Amino acid sequence: MIERTPVLNFVTHAVLLVGLAIAFVPMWLVFVAATLSLQEINTPPISLLPGSHLWENLAEAWARADLGVKLTNSLIMSVAVAAGKIALASITAFALVFFRFPGRMAAFWLIFITLMLPLEVRIVPTYAVAANVFSPYQTILDVTGFSWLWQQLTGTELALEWNLLNSYTGLILPLVATATGTFLYRQFFLTVPEELMEAAKMDGAGPLRFFREILMPLSITNMAALFTIMFIYAWNQYLWPLLITTDRTHRGTAVMALRQLIPMSGDSTGGGVPDWNVAMAGCLIVVAPALLVVALMQRFFVRGLIASDK
Amino acid sequence: MADIDIRSVRKAYGKNQVVHGVDLSIRSGEFVVILGPSGCGKSTLLRMIAGLEAITEGEIAIAGDVVNAMEPRERGCAMVFQNYALYPHMTVADNIGYGLKVAGLSKPERRARVETVAKSLGLSDYLDRKPGQLSGGQRQRVAMGRAMIREPKVFLFDEPLSNLDAKLRVQMRIEIRKLHNRLGTTSVFVTHDQVEAMTLADRVVVMNGGHIEQVGTPEEIYRNPASRFVAGFIGSPPMNLFEGRVTGPGEVEAQGIVLSVPHAGLARGQAVTVGIRPEEVLLGAAGSNTASIDVDFREELGSVRLLHGQVAGADFVIQVPATTAGPKVGHFSFEVPARAVHLFDAETGMRIDPVAGGIRAAA
Ligand SMILES: Nc1ncnc2c1ncn2[C@@H]1O[C@H](COP(=O)(O)OP(=O)(O)O)[C@@H](O)[C@H]1O
Ligand SMILES: [Mg+2]
Repeated sequence: MIERTPVLNFVTHAVLLVGLAIAFVPMWLVFVAATLSLQEINTPPISLLPGSHLWENLAEAWARADLGVKLTNSLIMSVAVAAGKIALASITAFALVFFRFPGRMAAFWLIFITLMLPLEVRIVPTYAVAANVFSPYQTILDVTGFSWLWQQLTGTELALEWNLLNSYTGLILPLVATATGTFLYRQFFLTVPEELMEAAKMDGAGPLRFFREILMPLSITNMAALFTIMFIYAWNQYLWPLLITTDRTHRGTAVMALRQLIPMSGDSTGGGVPDWNVAMAGCLIVVAPALLVVALMQRFFVRGLIASDK
Repeated sequence: MADIDIRSVRKAYGKNQVVHGVDLSIRSGEFVVILGPSGCGKSTLLRMIAGLEAITEGEIAIAGDVVNAMEPRERGCAMVFQNYALYPHMTVADNIGYGLKVAGLSKPERRARVETVAKSLGLSDYLDRKPGQLSGGQRQRVAMGRAMIREPKVFLFDEPLSNLDAKLRVQMRIEIRKLHNRLGTTSVFVTHDQVEAMTLADRVVVMNGGHIEQVGTPEEIYRNPASRFVAGFIGSPPMNLFEGRVTGPGEVEAQGIVLSVPHAGLARGQAVTVGIRPEEVLLGAAGSNTASIDVDFREELGSVRLLHGQVAGADFVIQVPATTAGPKVGHFSFEVPARAVHLFDAETGMRIDPVAGGIRAAA
């Protein structure tokens, strides 16, 4: 809808500016806080203009929370989750849209239902499976009496075990196995004309070739969107990394590390000193990669949208 | 080049049968057009030849090999789609050469063949463009190039011209026919446009409701329509059709007009459909077989003129040369030459031949 009235223009801009302020002011406060000294930040009222201690606060936060290692971990996890998500989502949506097989609708609904089960809801069973990936199978074997039979026959106990705790795999896999991206891809694939697949068939391309050389390049914009969403989603994860990592020094993520910077009385690290300036500096560092991904991908969306043709 | 044999082919979607037992032999190098109204199963038949639809029953053989169980790529057919179906993210060169790439040809070899094909289609200057930057006619040519490059045994076209504007359509029609004259590849072309069918085809296959109504050269189909359906479908403006009755040897009556006809062996009282082509009526002549028309509308088409009116209450159209003098509307008498009367059995809709007087079976 395009309206050309000055009043409406003014109103829409006013709404935009208010929205921007709501989003921006907290970020600004974080930034300002990160530039103050310990003394300045504890002197009310809080200043609205930046101070001069940014670099030392950043350095302190970096060192205290060991952010070099943590950011690397977060980056590995987020990139892997986003990439895994794209791979899983695109190939499942491909199967759902372009193939007719028995149980297709059942598969579709099963995937759909998982949308209603975010990680937080199924965190206990997920943890149990992560602790031993084979535990469901073990249970089946135990219940059916196969384990007992095995013990009688071989004299050894049948105990399958594959532990994902404290590993990148454990961090990543449960976040990949969700339905969100599948629907995004399904919607996109439904808009691809069937004739395109038939043309590829006539050209002799098999299904995987069609997927790789035609569908994937066509879905680049989709891919960028999904990558951004999943990267941020994975980057901001807190509960799951907290559960799955026991060796926090080597496997902890950046968002987890932030907690160590928050001053709490009796805390082993902070020792009760209210150095919120360092905590905010840590926030700035941790939020930066996510912002960077959004900024880079946003340019890419726009390019993708302009270059694409029907 | 290859001949195509279609034997008792049926197609059903679930319980809904859309192609009812089609038999058709297409000779090697022939240009066959399948013509019929929308939804009559033309595309379905074509897609069964291509391998894009499973054949429910019957057999299709290309160059003597039954292809029922073959993948599209093994059948040696190339297809041009209605909406072009070009790969939007690939350049024109990559679009044309994609089939060769899949077939595993080297890049220089592909390039050479793409350039040859592009040159023959006048696309040389557009090889690096994306389909989105081309006009409709150019996209159509790219689609043709993609089909040509693999030097297929059979070309299949599914209404490839229906998205073009009228002028371009005529031009592309001529190009397609010239291309066929040059390459001589067996071609099957599906359309609902009778002009396209008449101008392109060596033989026209008229389909209706999943059946073949008639197979013949454009002239045969026009001169001797095998059924009432074909008579009404072919020709523009369409044939005037009336319900009538045989009133004596070589004489039928319809709309109160008594016509003597060259048909022998008609049974008195037999119900027939009488067909008269608008362009075969002689205006103003006053011999036998005369009737009169109340013209209420005159349509100028440049070289010819159409007179719309009523004959004894039934709609009737007469086509006359534009040079014919006369007032715009009014009462005119006209003559129907006996040889211009087509008769169809009212029950079966089948043609009754003038000489033999028998019923000629379709196809
Ligand atoms: N995939 C399909 N599923 C069910 N019915 C179909 C399908 N494709 C075509 N039909 C039906 O088959 C009939 C013939 O279709 P088609 O061959 O496309 O007609 P046309 O002569 O216009 O090309 C139509 O009635 C159509 O509704
Ligand atoms: Mg069709």
